[in-house]
Amino acid sequence: MTESTPLPVIMLKPPKGFSALNLRDLWIYRELVFFMIWRDIKVRYKQTLLGAAWAILQPVMTMIVFTIFFGNLAAVPSDGVPYPIFTYTALLPWQLFSKALQDAARSLVANRHMITKVYFPRLVLPLSSIMAGLVDFAIALVVLVGLMIYYQTPLRWSMLSLPLFLLMTLITALGVGLWFAALNVLYRDIAYVMPFLAQFWMFITPIVYPASMVPERWRMLYYLNPMTGVVEGFRWAMLGTVPTLPINMILLSVGVSLVVLVSGLFYFRFMERLFADMV
Amino acid sequence: MAEISIRAHKLGKQYRLGSQVLAYQTLRESLPQWFQRKKNGHEGEVLWALRDVSFEIERGSVIGIIGRNGAGKSTLLKILSRVTEPSEGYAEIHGRVGALLEVGTGFHPELTGRENIYLNGAILGMHRSDIDRKLDEIIDFSEVEKFIDTPIKRYSSGMQMRLAFSVAAHLEPEILVVDEVLAVGDADFQRKCLGKMQDVSTEGRTVLFVSHNMSAILRLTQEAIVLNHGNIVKRAPTPEAVDFYLAEGFAEEGQRLWCDEEIPPSAAPFRPIAMRVQNEGRSFTESVRSTHPIVVELEYELTSPISGLRVGIYLMNSRGEYIFASFDTDDPQFFAQYATRDPGRYISRCLVPADWLNEGKYILGMNASAFRVKRYFQDEHALVFHVDGAGAPGKHWVESRVGPLRPKLDWRILKQ
Repeated sequence: MTESTPLPVIMLKPPKGFSALNLRDLWIYRELVFFMIWRDIKVRYKQTLLGAAWAILQPVMTMIVFTIFFGNLAAVPSDGVPYPIFTYTALLPWQLFSKALQDAARSLVANRHMITKVYFPRLVLPLSSIMAGLVDFAIALVVLVGLMIYYQTPLRWSMLSLPLFLLMTLITALGVGLWFAALNVLYRDIAYVMPFLAQFWMFITPIVYPASMVPERWRMLYYLNPMTGVVEGFRWAMLGTVPTLPINMILLSVGVSLVVLVSGLFYFRFMERLFADMV
Repeated sequence: MAEISIRAHKLGKQYRLGSQVLAYQTLRESLPQWFQRKKNGHEGEVLWALRDVSFEIERGSVIGIIGRNGAGKSTLLKILSRVTEPSEGYAEIHGRVGALLEVGTGFHPELTGRENIYLNGAILGMHRSDIDRKLDEIIDFSEVEKFIDTPIKRYSSGMQMRLAFSVAAHLEPEILVVDEVLAVGDADFQRKCLGKMQDVSTEGRTVLFVSHNMSAILRLTQEAIVLNHGNIVKRAPTPEAVDFYLAEGFAEEGQRLWCDEEIPPSAAPFRPIAMRVQNEGRSFTESVRSTHPIVVELEYELTSPISGLRVGIYLMNSRGEYIFASFDTDDPQFFAQYATRDPGRYISRCLVPADWLNEGKYILGMNASAFRVKRYFQDEHALVFHVDGAGAPGKHWVESRVGPLRPKLDWRILKQ
């Protein structure tokens, strides 16, 4: 027998309470995340007639409808920028978030045949379904640039902070997505709850109206919704709707989304052991 | 001293019946349950799929795992391949585990063969660079070169299987765990796969192989573990273990009854009840006379109608080689008459002719399926019986005859 290198030893034990997150395994399987994202995108563009056009059509059509009903008919204020670009800038992170959230919540149940047959860190599934939305986001972002040129929005330094708010969108989507993905394995009701939740959530986020419409005394409560911070951040970064960013409020939103993410990670890990037996 | 590859200590896996763990639920169902549990502390019935299983496996050995349906084989493999976690005890795994509990996991019909190789490889834990390096070899092994850039939804099921197995066969883990995946595919490709697995074992890797195919187990493994009701009942060199499995402790006096835990949920709406062997008018005979016809009876229940159902038997010798298979609707007229079987309790009975089987030990298997639609239930080793050759043709010479049959043929001697 050849001289053998020491092999990694894995201990298989009954889980006790909250176990470590096992991020090492996730790192080992990082290529799988990439392949799953690649699969989602590839399949979607192969199966749909309009392919990439959907990524543009969806936010643009929504923008048109919102502009007609909220901007024109209801005359909702828009912080001094043209209403279409005002709402489109908000729709950009919002649609990324709502799609990511719903895909992540479904990810475990949709891939149950994999879960019951092969080991891999289960975190790969919600993670990759969230990241897959980035392609749509990138396409929709190009449209925003077009709109900004059309409305002659001046360039500003704050635009460079956009990746930070994008990251915050993903963190929030992952945090909430992890909770619901795990819950969906336990209770299939979650699948029915998700569209309703997404709709409800959209109205407590400043998408069709500005955050400045919310009375001052409710502001704190309002920013407990991490997506409020994200959307206001996007508008501040791209359009300069408010001269100074309410940094305390944004930090509140960031704090909430981090709490959701960390608790989501632990809950997911805690439930992970049951997935193969239950899905 | 040889290196240890797997060490299991008092491994156990518990499932809770009729409660949370076996199936998902809706909130409406589970809310009242929470209250009930608080009230009477009732936790639901507990099933130990595996219990007190301890063993050590040395590096480089090839071990077969055999046992009936529901004996805990799949649970053991699932624990060792980390799909599920044990409820008690522990296992130590030295090295990376490649698990083949199913071939083609994660295959997507819209993707091409080549794309699926990458995806499936990644799911099985291969790195992109490994796949790049072995791509040609994988494609070559699969015999589907011509269609490698076609979406696999256009593949036949055989082609998909071949592609899937090729990916799996090129995994290079230190420990390979294989479940019944060779049961499908054509005979030539099966042989090729078995050959590939033999190569794997000669490269110093540890292989755990679960199969109902005794001849594959005999050919591939040196040692085997027999599981029964979640326990290890025997560990021995393969021929001995197979012999033990086929004979000892499993013969149930000519009658085999299936209890609920041996019937997978996928069998529904088919529910097997019993298989019986009768001879000379006596029921439940473990030993039958070859000079009398043998009656084989299958009792089962349908909870809802099934179309195209066929219920039948396999007959196997003690070396695990098939002698024949026969179904109750083999007769086209019968098949038309029973195109759809209504719910109810049934008995399908057949007659194995007298003066036909050689003396020795035989294994009867059961299968209930709708051809190309669904296999409802299968138990390859349902029942063991002995054939007593007293009075059989040629018995006046004290010698054993070769082959599984000892037919009474219509001989004439003509003097020219």
